[in-house]
Amino acid sequence: MNAVVEEHHDHDHKPTGIGRWLFSTNHKDIGSMYLWFAFTMFFIGGALALLIRAELFQPGMQIVEPEFFNQLTTLHGLIMVFGVIMPAFVGLANWQLPMMIGAPDMALPRMNNWSFWLLPGAFGLLLASLVMSLMGLGSAPNFGWTFYAPLSTTYGPDSTDYFIFSVHLMGISSVMGAINVIATIMNLRAPGMTYMKMPIFVWTWFITAYLLIAVMPVLAGVVTMMLTDRNFGTSFFDAAGGGDPVMFQHVFWFFGHPEVYIMILPAFGIISSIVPTFSRKPLFGYSSMVYATASIAFLSFIVWAHHMFTTGMPVAGELFFMYSTMLIAIPTGVKVFNWISTMWRGALTFETPMLFAIAFIFLFTMGGFTGLMLCIAPADFQYHDTYFVVAHFHYVLVTGAAFSIMAAVYFWLPKWTGNMYDEKLGKLHFWLTCISANVLFFPMHFIGLAGMPRRIPDYALQFAEFNQIASVGAFVFGFSQLIFLYVVIKCVRGGEKATDKVWEGAHGLEFDLPSPAPFHSYTTPPVVK
Amino acid sequence: MSTASHGEYYIPEPSKWPIVGTAALTTSVIGAVNTIHAGEMSLLLPVGLLLIAYLFFGWFGSVIDESMAGKYSAQVDKSFRLGMMWFIFSEVMFFAAFFGALFYARVLSVPWLGGAGNNAATHEFLWPAFEAVWPLLTNPDNTKIAAPGEAMGAMGLPAINTAILLTSSVTLTWAHHALRAGNRLHLNLGLGITVLLGCLFLVFQVEEYIHAYSELGLTMSSGIYGSTFFLLTGFHGFHVTMGTTMLLVILIRCLKGHFTADKHFGFEGVAWYWHFVDVVWLGLYIFVYWL
Ligand code: HEM
Ligand SMILES: [Cu+2]
Repeated sequence: MNAVVEEHHDHDHKPTGIGRWLFSTNHKDIGSMYLWFAFTMFFIGGALALLIRAELFQPGMQIVEPEFFNQLTTLHGLIMVFGVIMPAFVGLANWQLPMMIGAPDMALPRMNNWSFWLLPGAFGLLLASLVMSLMGLGSAPNFGWTFYAPLSTTYGPDSTDYFIFSVHLMGISSVMGAINVIATIMNLRAPGMTYMKMPIFVWTWFITAYLLIAVMPVLAGVVTMMLTDRNFGTSFFDAAGGGDPVMFQHVFWFFGHPEVYIMILPAFGIISSIVPTFSRKPLFGYSSMVYATASIAFLSFIVWAHHMFTTGMPVAGELFFMYSTMLIAIPTGVKVFNWISTMWRGALTFETPMLFAIAFIFLFTMGGFTGLMLCIAPADFQYHDTYFVVAHFHYVLVTGAAFSIMAAVYFWLPKWTGNMYDEKLGKLHFWLTCISANVLFFPMHFIGLAGMPRRIPDYALQFAEFNQIASVGAFVFGFSQLIFLYVVIKCVRGGEKATDKVWEGAHGLEFDLPSPAPFHSYTTPPVVK
Repeated sequence: MSTASHGEYYIPEPSKWPIVGTAALTTSVIGAVNTIHAGEMSLLLPVGLLLIAYLFFGWFGSVIDESMAGKYSAQVDKSFRLGMMWFIFSEVMFFAAFFGALFYARVLSVPWLGGAGNNAATHEFLWPAFEAVWPLLTNPDNTKIAAPGEAMGAMGLPAINTAILLTSSVTLTWAHHALRAGNRLHLNLGLGITVLLGCLFLVFQVEEYIHAYSELGLTMSSGIYGSTFFLLTGFHGFHVTMGTTMLLVILIRCLKGHFTADKHFGFEGVAWYWHFVDVVWLGLYIFVYWL
């Protein structure tokens, strides 16, 4: 039996042709597919965003119809959340987790491939509705990425039903992916790697996987209720039958708030790997990082209604959700403190991954602070549904989650490809991205505080300047990502050879493997001391 | 099989099943939407469902073959266990969404529509005639959404079904003990009875639905009571169907002589699933039928 295994699985025996990708059971190939999928979606979602910003460049209506504008914001949000950030993190998990814990692959390799391939199916459905809409055949989903009832039930276009099933497919994909992560981490760690010796990236993904398993089924539940409300006469979200449209928001945000942590916990793990490497110091407060991550995950289940302060909740509810939300700032603060303490008196160098990591620490923290402003219930009555919220979540998601993904790609690309990326271009990409992101999102705080509502294609004259600044930032940001694409392709195709350790201060099992890492990382488990 | 827990690793060969699975699910959902929209069966739906059946037979078939060939180490076995456990947990959360909707309606939205809390004005302006009692036999707007004539009682069929499911858990455990003791006769007997009880449950469930639709006027579209009733019991019934099918497969495998006293994850995974379905039913019985 062993002989058979070895025969088929000696190092670097890769299947060839398209079958290598369609039938893959290899975590690296599947990881690459996830990452390329996310990258592709990033450009599609980005193109929609640029259309939005082009329309908002001036007051008045210029480029798109209001109906189409709604479809743009909806699809932009859905694509970025479900098609970019989440798959990119799963791609990174696929590449890194087995290497980091000394495993040959993910625990359930076939299911892993299924998790990936469901995504093109799901987004095929979603994007098809956009294409149809462009051809004048009905409307794409137009109710915002939060698809509140009754906009999505009573008033949703026909494509809503396809959207519902597309969400189901994404959910199945995420749950299977999460189960795989958990099984891999619990079962495939190399001998000697106790839980408290796992790299922080592994820890954060472990906890993220639990969040996914806990809330993706709830999302499936809420879209199912939408489906039956729309087509089979149920009244979950219809007060005439004893239901409540606000109930939609409760169920949605019970998923939705943990979801935003699903999109940031792996980022915390990435930053916690990069900062020590380029500070040439071990991570400050490893165990407090683990506990902070776990507390954030726990708290994320009891704060959801901070998205609903203006729905007329009882005062006790407003207060509960206000205070519980504020609590999240404590473990988050622990993390920021630890990153800064890790850098303190370190021998710092500023390669591209470190630049993105430092930018993350600053800018994500800004997003955290605006979060704290928003969670003050009486203040949120003013901020809610304005551009201030848009600024908040773009700071945490773009300069937070997306920056961490870019940092991770620069950090591990040499390990994956065996080649160093072009540092000059990487730095250029960083500076353009970092500056333009701030030009793009910073003014949104002010126009939001001044009262500009979100998701509206036209606005009052006094908001014009700041909107123009934001739009300029948006186009610079968008086109800067082409540099990123170029750097990645160039690195995949060749370049200066990377050493096994890649970075002077690198630690971890993955940096003991050769660069590029062999097709099957380990056939027998390494021993961790 | 010398592969100890941490010896040589096992990785399956490249496999076509994930792609078949994607094609199956995507086809099915497009077919389902087309069917709903057109009001008549879209060809894609049966094609998709057939593909799903093909997927199940094929994928599980090859896993069974690999298992019988002794390819799975203790480590692979544990991965499967973990996978099944957390899959069941995800199912628990799926039901939690619908239980959440039920509690929300019963504790919050229905009383509020009746004026509870600070909602006197809501009540007065929207539907002043509405009275909040559960089960809802009059809806806030009875002209838009016809109310059910009668609620489903807890005695009779639902009580019998509770007894059936509880008994089936016992017979399944009996079968499991027999498997471990190497008593194949009791194993097959216990499993066979469990499958029969599962089928019986489903028959009664169908009967209950017919009763609800034709005699009580209780339908999916008769307000939030009917909505929660049918989605909760319906998804549960669907899970019983899946569970019974899986038990049947296990029974066939047992009759063929598969499984040994100490290696029988297939059996255990399905048993866990069945107990989960059982526990969900208890929740349903208490909160949907009884209280
Ligand atoms: C200290 C941490 C945080 C606090 C206190 C916080 C608080 C809030 C509050 C109160 C809102 C609702 C604002 C409104 O609609 O009026 C909000 C919105 C939002 N937050 Fe956060 N947040 C925090 C961190 C994060 C993180 C880490 C992410 C994602 C990575 C995130 C993503 C979002 C998103 C996407 C929305 C907008 C959802 C929508 O309505 O479309 N937040 N946040
Ligand atoms: Cu939130």
